[in-house]
Amino acid sequence: MPKSTETKGVAPAPISAWLPAVAVGWLIPGGGHFLLKRRGRGALIAASVTLMFLFGLAMRGAMFTPQRGDILTILITYGGFVGDMASGLLYLLATWLGYNQPDVAGHVHDYGTKFLVSAGLLNVLGMVDAYEIAVGKKD
Amino acid sequence: MPKVNLSHFEAALLFALFASIVMGIVGKKTDRERLHYGLYLFGCFLAALVGLGWLMKLGHG
Repeated sequence: MPKSTETKGVAPAPISAWLPAVAVGWLIPGGGHFLLKRRGRGALIAASVTLMFLFGLAMRGAMFTPQRGDILTILITYGGFVGDMASGLLYLLATWLGYNQPDVAGHVHDYGTKFLVSAGLLNVLGMVDAYEIAVGKKD
Repeated sequence: MPKVNLSHFEAALLFALFASIVMGIVGKKTDRERLHYGLYLFGCFLAALVGLGWLMKLGHG
C-alpha cells in the first residue's frame, strides 16, 4: 500500500485574531500597531501617513472618484479611489468636512494628489504589517 | 488648511522621507535592521531623484 502523501498544513489564524488590528489600522493609521502594543512602530506609521496626507491636502491635491470610460481611465480612477480610501478616517473626515479640490494643472497640485494616494498605500503596508504581527509571522 | 508651495525637489524629498520610514518599519524584523533599511531606502530615493533629474536635464540639452 503506498504511503500517504498528505502533508500537514498550518492552520490559518482565526479572523478574530487579526481583523480588529487590520480594521483599526485602516481607520486610524498606526492604530493596529497600538492595539498590538507596538507603540513605537505605530507612532512612526501614524506620523508618516498623517503628515503625508496633510501635506497632500495643503498642496491642494485632488481626490479620485471612480469613473467609467476606457480601460486606462477605469484603472487610474478606481485605483486612485482605493488608494485615497485606504487612509481611513483621514479620507472620510476630509470628504465629510467638504474637501473637494478639482484636478488642476500645476506640479504642486499634482504632487498633492500623489501624496494623498501614497498616504493610503503606505497605510496599506502598515495594515499588512499589523496582520503579520497579529497572526504571529512577525514580532 | 494653509496652502503649501513646494518645489519639485522639496516635494520629492518629503515623499522619500515618509515612504522610507514606513517601508523601513514594515520591511525588516529587528529595530537595527529597520533603521539601516530605512536609511538605505532614503539613499536610494535620493540617488534616483538626483540621477533622473540629471538624465532629464541632459536629455533636454
